[in-house]
Parts: sequence; structure tokens; C-alpha cells
Amino acid sequence: MKLPPFEYHRPSSIDEAVQLLADLDGEAKVLAGGQSLLPVMALRIGAPPHLIDIGNIAGLDAITANASGVIIGCLVRQAEAEEHTALAEHAPLVAKALPNIGHRAIRNRGTVCGSLAHADPAAELPAVCLALDATLVARSVRGERLIPAADFFVGFLDTALGDDELLTEVRFPAWGRRRGAGFAELSRRHGDYAIVGVAATVSLDDAGAVDHVALAFTGVAATPVRSEAAEQQLIGTAPTSQSFAAAARTAASAIDPPSDLHGSVSYRRHLAGVLAARALGEATRSIR
Amino acid sequence: MTSQADQQIAVGFTINGQRHDLDVSVRRTLAEVIREEVGLTGTHLGCEHGVCGACTVALDGRPVRSCLMLAIQADGASITTIEGLATDGVLHPVQQGMHDSHGFQCAFCAPGFLITAACMLESNPTPTREQIREELSGNLCRCTGYHSIIDGVETAVRLMQSGNESAGGEHA
Repeated sequence: MKLPPFEYHRPSSIDEAVQLLADLDGEAKVLAGGQSLLPVMALRIGAPPHLIDIGNIAGLDAITANASGVIIGCLVRQAEAEEHTALAEHAPLVAKALPNIGHRAIRNRGTVCGSLAHADPAAELPAVCLALDATLVARSVRGERLIPAADFFVGFLDTALGDDELLTEVRFPAWGRRRGAGFAELSRRHGDYAIVGVAATVSLDDAGAVDHVALAFTGVAATPVRSEAAEQQLIGTAPTSQSFAAAARTAASAIDPPSDLHGSVSYRRHLAGVLAARALGEATRSIR
Repeated sequence: MTSQADQQIAVGFTINGQRHDLDVSVRRTLAEVIREEVGLTGTHLGCEHGVCGACTVALDGRPVRSCLMLAIQADGASITTIEGLATDGVLHPVQQGMHDSHGFQCAFCAPGFLITAACMLESNPTPTREQIREELSGNLCRCTGYHSIIDGVETAVRLMQSGNESAGGEHA
């Protein structure tokens, strides 16, 4: 048998699940799609004594997508979100990032919220949440807590979720008019973790100047990184390739990426600039 | 074994049209149960942590890694393994296409590629070569360099279009 031993729990309600989390006091991991947790266990990076399988809890697999925003429940699989046409209309940045996650066989099982709770530093969705100022909803026996994305990702595979908390859904705010999305990443093969990835949105005012921009990187630090200096630099300017290139240089100079066999620090920094300019351009071109 | 006996749970699913009801250890992966308890050893285990794709099976029509699921998570599912692709001794077009194009060499990876390709052709019967490359990007082959496998899928597409007759040794 490949996996380390554990005790298995299959609650049938959120209340039952969070009671288990409280009772097991940090000894349990939540199992949904399992596409991050089971590799961790197979490689013995982790051996949680208890697994709480939330797969049988009703009502957690819904996507709500309309003009007031998008809500994705914690059992929504990445492939289901990818195929959801209203989600693509009301959260286009999420839709553009989703096909870059793993391979189809992974997305068929992996959940959107599972990817957020796992918080891999090279994963796509954490950067998307950061760029979109998403809200993560945590439930525990103590009640419900809303966590802004800016406070959620705290370190390498580490989030603001307490040991007794279940991530029940992620909420993306209303998209707004004259706003476009761009996502760019480089990986060794399609579906591999990004060496560097960039999520961007650009909004234009009626005069055609930039009035809001969001730029967030993945793969450049232990957590996703938002580039506020580059964003500020673009506010009020005309959206040109020159201004995007200058903002991308600002963003790239502010990051401190890791070095490994896939790329050196200077290569990753260069790549971050190239991809940021590309994502900003794509976002602007997609404004309707 | 561990100091304590592994917890057992009842699970029921259909594999290649046949119902199986078993009591399995909670830490058995679906791949382990398919191979060791159901006895269908066509599903291969390579890396056992979701990277290589050799263990891919169709779960309710969608390709999934059977090494990245607990068997008990498949309760109620309908599963197709490589043994279920051919019907009444007639190869699935993707098997025939791969045969005709000499797609594989050692073929350890074949069950995963064939299930992945069969699922893709179910939803997109006329993929471009680029789409085939992307859909198969989650499956590793250490022999061929992939081009012969992509050729095999393209041959399968032609076979399906021309009414599932054998391409008779045609080389793509």
C-alpha cells in the first residue's frame, strides 16, 4: 500500500465536518479532490493521522455567477469551473487561469478551493485571488469568518486558515465594466507548475485612460505577490505597450524570485517583466 | 502493516460494465484496488503520485489519475479501464490507430495514453494536432518522443471518420 495509514471520516454536513476538525485538534486534513493532498501523502511529505472527506456533503458544489460576482463552493472541481460559461463572463481572469492548472485528468478531480487551501507558491489560483481581491470564507465551530485574499496566503503552503477551519467557498467581487483580464505563464510543459506566472486586469475610464489595474505574480516567492508600485504607476495613463513595459520593469525589479534548476533569479526576474507586459496587453485588448 | 489494523469501508462501483462490491482498506488507492483486488492489471502504476499518467482511467467518462484517488472515493462511479476499451474482440479506434501507426515501443504508458485519448475523442472527435498534444501532455512516455503516439491518435480520428475499418497497416 502506497499511502501512510490514517483514520477516515466521512461527515454528511458542514457542521459535522467542522466539529470533527475541532475535536481532532490539528491532527486532521480535509480531503476534497485530493490532487494535492494525496501526492503529499504518497511522497510521505505529510502523514495526517485523520482525513476528513467532505465529498459527500450536499450543497458545496455550486457555482453562482452573475453581475454581482462569482461564488465557487469548495467541492467545485476545476474542470467544472472551466466549463462554466457564466463564470467565464463574470470572472474572466479565473476562466483564463483555470486551463493552466495541471492536466485535464488533474482538473477533473482537483477543486478550486483545494488549490487555494494548499497554497502552492507556483499555483495559478492564489495569484488570481490576490489580483481580484477575492474573499475566502472559512467555517469552524466558532462560526464563519471572511478572509481577504491579501491576508490569506501567509507562507510556503501556509494560509490563514486555522486548524479547525474549513474553506467553504471563495467569492470574487463584481467584475465591472470596461475591464479586461490577462493571464500569462511559462512552464516546461503545458500543465506543469509555472516557472513564473502573471495575472492581470486593466480597467479603462470613459476617456480611455487606465483607472484600475491589478498585477499579481505566482512562482516568484513563497506566496503570490501583488505589485502595487507597478499598478500605481499605470493609473491615469494611456494603456500603451510602452507604459506597460515600464510598469512591468517596475514590478520585475521589486520581486525577489527563487533560483532552481528551472531558472536563475535573473532569468525569473526577466521572465516576470516579459510576462507582466504580455498579461497587461492581453487584459487591455480583451476589454469590450 | 501498521500497529493497528487498517480501517475497512464498503465500496461499490462498476468497472467496464461489471458491478463490484468490496470492503477495502481506506488507504488503498483506486489503482491498487483495480489491480490487486479486482485483478485488472492493465492499469499501470508508474510514479504513484500523479505525474506520469500511466494509471489514468475513465471515471464517469472523464480521465482521472487512479493513483490520486482513494478507492472509497469512487463509490457509485462507473469506471472504464484499458480492458474495457475493446468491444467483443474489436479494438477501439484509438487502439487500432495506435497499432496501425506503431504508436508505442515498450507500451508501459499505453493504458493511460489510450484512456486519455479515448476520452478526448468522445468529447472532440476531430481534434487538431495541437489539441491532441495538449490533451496528452499529462502522460509521460520514455520511449517514443511522442510523435508516433500523436500520429496514432490522428490515425484513430481518420478510422472513426471512415467508419471504423482498420487502416490496414497504413503508416501515418
